[in-house]
Amino acid sequence: MSELTLTVMRLGFLAVLWLFVIVAVQVIRSDLFGTRVTQRPMRRRSAPAAAAAPAAAVPPPVAQQAPPPQARGPRRASAPRSAPSKLVITGGSLTGTTMNLTDQQITIGRAHDSTIVLDDDYASSRHARIYPAPDGSWIVEDLGSTNGTYLDRTRLTGPTPVPLGAPIRIGKTVIELRR
Amino acid sequence: MSNTTITPQSAPNRRNTELMMLGFAVLVPVLAYANVGLAGDGRLPAGLVSYGLGLGFMAGIAHLVVRKFTPYADPLLLPLATFLNGMGLVLIYRLDLDLTRKAAPTQLMYTAMGVALFVGVVVFLRDHRLLQRYTYIAMLVALVLLVSPIPFPGDTYGAKIWIRLGPFSIQPGEFTKIVLTVFFAGYLMVKRDALALASRKVMGLYLPRGRDIFPIVVVWLLSLMILVFERDLGTSLLFFGMFVVMLYIATERVSWLIFGLVMAIGGAALVGSVEPHVKGRVDAWLDPMAIYGTNPPRGGSEQLAQALMGYGDGGLLGKGLNQGFPNEIGFAARSDFILTTVGEELGLAGMMAIFMVYALLIERGLRTALAARDPFGKLLAAGLSVVMALQVFVVAGGVTGLIPLTGMTMPFLAQGGSSVITNWILVAILIVVSHTARRPAPPAVAGEVSATQNSRGGRRARRTGFEDQALDAADADELAEPTPVQGSPLGDLSGGHVPDRPRVDADAATEFTPIASAGTPAEPSSPPDALTVPGGVPGVPPRPGTPPGPAGPPPGGGAGGASGPGGPAGPRGHSQ
Repeated sequence: MSELTLTVMRLGFLAVLWLFVIVAVQVIRSDLFGTRVTQRPMRRRSAPAAAAAPAAAVPPPVAQQAPPPQARGPRRASAPRSAPSKLVITGGSLTGTTMNLTDQQITIGRAHDSTIVLDDDYASSRHARIYPAPDGSWIVEDLGSTNGTYLDRTRLTGPTPVPLGAPIRIGKTVIELRR
Repeated sequence: MSNTTITPQSAPNRRNTELMMLGFAVLVPVLAYANVGLAGDGRLPAGLVSYGLGLGFMAGIAHLVVRKFTPYADPLLLPLATFLNGMGLVLIYRLDLDLTRKAAPTQLMYTAMGVALFVGVVVFLRDHRLLQRYTYIAMLVALVLLVSPIPFPGDTYGAKIWIRLGPFSIQPGEFTKIVLTVFFAGYLMVKRDALALASRKVMGLYLPRGRDIFPIVVVWLLSLMILVFERDLGTSLLFFGMFVVMLYIATERVSWLIFGLVMAIGGAALVGSVEPHVKGRVDAWLDPMAIYGTNPPRGGSEQLAQALMGYGDGGLLGKGLNQGFPNEIGFAARSDFILTTVGEELGLAGMMAIFMVYALLIERGLRTALAARDPFGKLLAAGLSVVMALQVFVVAGGVTGLIPLTGMTMPFLAQGGSSVITNWILVAILIVVSHTARRPAPPAVAGEVSATQNSRGGRRARRTGFEDQALDAADADELAEPTPVQGSPLGDLSGGHVPDRPRVDADAATEFTPIASAGTPAEPSSPPDALTVPGGVPGVPPRPGTPPGPAGPPPGGGAGGASGPGGPAGPRGHSQ
């Protein structure tokens, strides 16, 4: 083995070693660079929303051309335009949380595996769930909670469709579906 | 209306990525093996093909099992572990060339056993929450494992950590790592609210009540005493660090870290000045070259001095595999001092690459803890990662002269059967937790009670939910926190306290609170966040810093539905 071969081999191995590390880091890229943020074409309805918009408008203009993400499943592709697209918590300790609605149900309660884990004295472990109906509307159902789930002012007795913007109250938490 | 959509970059099932990485992770050690042979006698080593095929076979089996049983597991855990283990085998083989007693074949056998146990854990541990049932059994097993080496004769170098069964010797302290983590995770999961809330503030530090902290302190002190008695100081440092960090993760009280650091430094200073065995280590750390002086310390060891000279010889890019003299260190070169070989023959560049791989492995473990949705899984994954991180730190710090040397094995890299087996089990548990954490929720079927509710896990979670509730109620009494009266508040609210409007926003929330926490409006009216691991839970943003009270509406509330404080995320918000 000539000195040159050994040197090439030595440096080559170091290069391979680091290549492995770099490839491994690439695999977890999204951990390092966060999530992808796309701007969505929208109609602003109120002044506060317009004021809040510049703060949120971080993504580059390129993203404007990106098609709106297909969050909904094919089942709900024919949903009416008034179908809600996100869930907003407007009261309680989680105030300000928004969550995009997909075609999956949302469980609400104090149980740790709920979709929305409530930190609320008056909520039960499995308090309620909100799930999509085949026609694109969303249904709220109380899961036998102690203190009940209220849609607007009435206590739920069975699965009830949720109109846009109607407050669902669970203890101190208020949840709304919005477009 | 927020005008952005945050899409997690998710590819839920990443088994093909894992397979690709696994191929790479097998290739690198094979190249190293070839390099060792070529640099030695100019020929490829005879066992090259069988070594490559053997490592590839084991990795392939592990991959297939992961693909079948935990398809949503993290894609990096297995390749990184395979890489480290493969490199360890090559390094041990390389040291075998210069030493008379061969260790590589035995290590290969232990690796196979480790992979077999990995497969066993992945196949049979369908849900990591099963381990939660064995919290107190785990405590008992940990103590028995720690005591077990006492009847056996200690080795000649001071430590008494082996069980000898015929030709085999087992180091039970290694297995204790996992068992003790299970105990701490299970216990802290149940008690963390009590630990975090029912505490007195003494000199700026939060001290929990004796009856909450007592059992865990007893177990921990017992294990430390046993370990000091057996002179296994590295492991006692490891357990101490794990205990402190897990308490911190469970309670979110920084005082634990301060407390732990002070106690660790104090304890180390005490033990270092009293115990002669440790005193020798500290002296060797303060002046490694003294062994070559005119008045060498009695019982001193030249290992650290040799290691430091090895690093100096290696420099930035190293001497090349099989071209240094790491065997100067002697018998410990293959175990505690295996990093010295890396430093000498691959240089600083190689050493950093190895550290990066460890860092990635630990990062994946902590990421799993963040993504896990159940608190037990969080604590377990975080605890196991912290154990590995601390072990890497203690060993690497020891052999590079940063801290006094304490004998422990470098995970996966160093020679040692118990260590390799334990670390494979550890990675297997992390894989099971990460599979549970990253698995998408089952699709909902309208009009049917959800699948998660009927599943075993769901039922268990509900049960633990009740425990928490009971605990909350008990502690709330003593904290003079408002105890919820069943059924009343919402009745009050619908009785006309809340203005009738179609949309309720943050203003309404402020009106809710005084009613709810009747009588004590200044008290924070909510129990601690349901999930208290720092950094919050992906999917559900953490609670805002201030509890909603009459003082003012929480930030971001109702202002046109701005994004939540932790960023909005879907039901499966965690990335990848």
